Amino acid sequence: MNCGPHYHERLVATVFIPSMLRPLAGDAEEIEIGGATVRDIVRNLTAAYPALGDRLLDNGQLRSNISVAIDGEISTLGLLDTVDSDSEVHFIPAISGGRRRTDADSLG
Amino acid sequence: MTVAATDSETTGQDRKPGPAAANGYEPNMVLANQTFDIVGSRPVRHDGADKVTGRAVYGADVTLPGTLHGAILRSPHAHARILSIDTSRAEQMDGVHAVMTAGDLPDAGDKIVDVGEGDTPLAYVHGNVLAKDKVLYQGHAVAAVAASNAHVALEAASAINIEYDVLPCSLTAPDAMRPEAALLHDDLVTKELGEESNRRSNVAEHFRWTKGDVETGFARADTIVERSFDTATVHQGYIEPHTVTALWNHDGRLLLWCSTQGAFVVRDVVSTILDIPVSTVKVTPTEIGGGFGGKIPVYMEPVAALLSRKTGRPVKIVMSREEVFLGTGPTAGTHTRVKIGASADGKIQAMEAELAYEAGAYPGSFVVPGGMCVFAAYDCENVAVDGYDVVVNKPSCAAYRAPGSPQAAFAAEQVIDEVALRLGLDPVEFRLLNAAREGTRRADGPKFRRIGCVEVLEAVKNHPHYSAPLVGPNQGRGVAIGFWFNAGLESSCTLNVNTNGTVNLVEGSTDIGGTRTSIAMQAAEVLGISAQDILPEVVDTDSVGFTSVTGGSRTTFATGWAAHDAAQKVVDEMKTRAAMLWAVEPEQVEHSKGTYTANGSSATFQELAAQASRTGGPISASATVKPRGVGGSFAANIVDVEVDPETGKVDIVRFTAVQDVGKAVHPSYVEGQMQGGSVQGIGWALNEEYFMGEDGTMRNSTLLDYRMPTTLDLPMIDTCIVEVANPGHPFGVRGVGEANIVPPLPAVANAIHDAVGVRMQRLPMSPPAVWAALAKT
Repeated sequence: MNCGPHYHERLVATVFIPSMLRPLAGDAEEIEIGGATVRDIVRNLTAAYPALGDRLLDNGQLRSNISVAIDGEISTLGLLDTVDSDSEVHFIPAISGGRRRTDADSLG
Repeated sequence: MTVAATDSETTGQDRKPGPAAANGYEPNMVLANQTFDIVGSRPVRHDGADKVTGRAVYGADVTLPGTLHGAILRSPHAHARILSIDTSRAEQMDGVHAVMTAGDLPDAGDKIVDVGEGDTPLAYVHGNVLAKDKVLYQGHAVAAVAASNAHVALEAASAINIEYDVLPCSLTAPDAMRPEAALLHDDLVTKELGEESNRRSNVAEHFRWTKGDVETGFARADTIVERSFDTATVHQGYIEPHTVTALWNHDGRLLLWCSTQGAFVVRDVVSTILDIPVSTVKVTPTEIGGGFGGKIPVYMEPVAALLSRKTGRPVKIVMSREEVFLGTGPTAGTHTRVKIGASADGKIQAMEAELAYEAGAYPGSFVVPGGMCVFAAYDCENVAVDGYDVVVNKPSCAAYRAPGSPQAAFAAEQVIDEVALRLGLDPVEFRLLNAAREGTRRADGPKFRRIGCVEVLEAVKNHPHYSAPLVGPNQGRGVAIGFWFNAGLESSCTLNVNTNGTVNLVEGSTDIGGTRTSIAMQAAEVLGISAQDILPEVVDTDSVGFTSVTGGSRTTFATGWAAHDAAQKVVDEMKTRAAMLWAVEPEQVEHSKGTYTANGSSATFQELAAQASRTGGPISASATVKPRGVGGSFAANIVDVEVDPETGKVDIVRFTAVQDVGKAVHPSYVEGQMQGGSVQGIGWALNEEYFMGEDGTMRNSTLLDYRMPTTLDLPMIDTCIVEVANPGHPFGVRGVGEANIVPPLPAVANAIHDAVGVRMQRLPMSPPAVWAALAKT
């Protein structure tokens, strides 16, 4: 199986844009975008919508009050996580001031 | 009489024998859909003897030679600037060995750190351990003392003189959101998904989720109900107070013994706060007398550590009950507005919620999961949810069983009830007509995977309780449903096979609800041996791989999964050993229920274990997991109440808890979790609250005045376990510890409405509150 970069670039995930960020993405609710990892997806999103990228990243990392869910599950790997061609990717607000939402926030 | 099967897979096996109820059915039903040999049975818990004989070692039982005793001085004010701290009198007292303040902590600077619950400013973490410039709530720790005994320590702490400039305080979210409200933090501005406003505020975070178009949806509705609700600040109420013993050893290692839900989190957070390598800290978790989420944060551990370093002696600090109320937990008080519209055919057309949650002194109110859960049980095209995380002058919030979800359900499930009544529909049928299913997209975006919302509601509808007649005047019946996500995180497990065929299981998950046994059972299932032949032990942070906290209903799910994987490795090694004995290839060896066979040869697990030394030496295996595939859980209640119209007192006459647990590994423990969550929910609904003076001081900081329910207040809590297997786990486990606290709040409120016709929009629904509501009718 060819797992090189060309194969990865053919993967297309569906990224759901949070309502508060839609004005930065042409009012789109969802965007199909290529990438094998969340980092690829954010890079390609940023190329298409620079202002959106600024709201997601800070010094190349996901902002501390934003986390990512892949196929309904909060990712603990963030930008490093992989996505499939039929994956849904959601950017989710932090649980609270400065705290990135992770599985650990689902504790009790 | 039995509950009907809830789906085609359900067989109703493992119905526990019990006393025939007066209602003519066996209580505590288990609607199972998968059967195993060990998983699903009810062995005696491994730690039972130590617990019932008092031999179990809790935090306060730890005493090292030469131990000093610590005490914390706490703020009497809810909001004040610290002008000066004079420790000279305390330092000169006989028996005092050390005094410390926030100035003894390393400088936090402007670092952002991950303290186990995501990134947070280190200054906030420091600030909650010991206040530096301001105190933000009554009970905020300001200084600490180590002395020869606890009495001297308390006396010395009271001799520390602190000069305060008292400031106005805000005690509720709506109060703190006023433009003129006094600000708790000089540097806090509102964040909205990466955008920061320029205006300083007590609102740390605002989020908004939309799905479809709520205006269009409401235009299609024939009935619209909109109401606002308030819930009080409540405490997790664990019986054992926080404790810590610290020894900063001469070799530079910091040793901690404490009551915590996560020894590794304590290790990591303490090393971060003290700016020392994580490898220098070793945490030994003692037995825990309850946590419910409230024993995840670190409070006294860094203080005891620094006092130990100053004195060269072990230092032990044990909180009083008042300190637990004032200085730890609680969960958020909330203000919520919910609006729901439905068409005459019973379909919900639009749902809208605005949630403002009190975070306490520092951001972190769990409003995000509240927003994710508020309408989780419903499939609706048009939804809008706004959430606000608001700092107030109360203790910083900690997780509490399904954090954020019960408050949201108190609002949403009452409005659902009212819409159903206005449409003339049965409240369960109305919920079923609109129930979330696999593939339903939640308001926050993601789709549900396999869930048991419909199966839980079907179990409610078919339960004998739901059709039983009410038996007295002023009685009413309420139902409600709630949701919690559960969590996965990271777990480790090691299995060491003994030559007599028993297995030592080493794990790092604090055992709160019987998880030693539920984890051991999963290993036993794979190995084909009895649960009693597994000897589980919870060990310190040097002795097992990293393990996240016991929380998020994750331990049986994730640490059990690690035990499953380690056991699979043991099975593979046993096949190799058997192959050696029988001169065959390992692939030729078959394993079934603890017996290994190949080419007519056969040996049991115990027989192969006895041969370990001559077949290659000790048999041991470890596994670590960071699993995906977490399965969320729905829980519902049927509640009968009787209201005394003269006093407003509400008695719970009958209570049934129904929950989808995926797979009940040990049904007795699952029933215990469901009953415990129900009781805490009843307390939250009827009596519990931080009763605050206008000056921000708590007026009921004892268990005499903070009214938790006792057995005298409660009927037997009947349970109905529904098993909709989680496809993401080897045994279908979802996690059971939290969703059960969500529905009692609205179910009791709906029952009160059914009984006496008043809609209770504020918690607690205590006798004075119900009496006042009745007086208005």
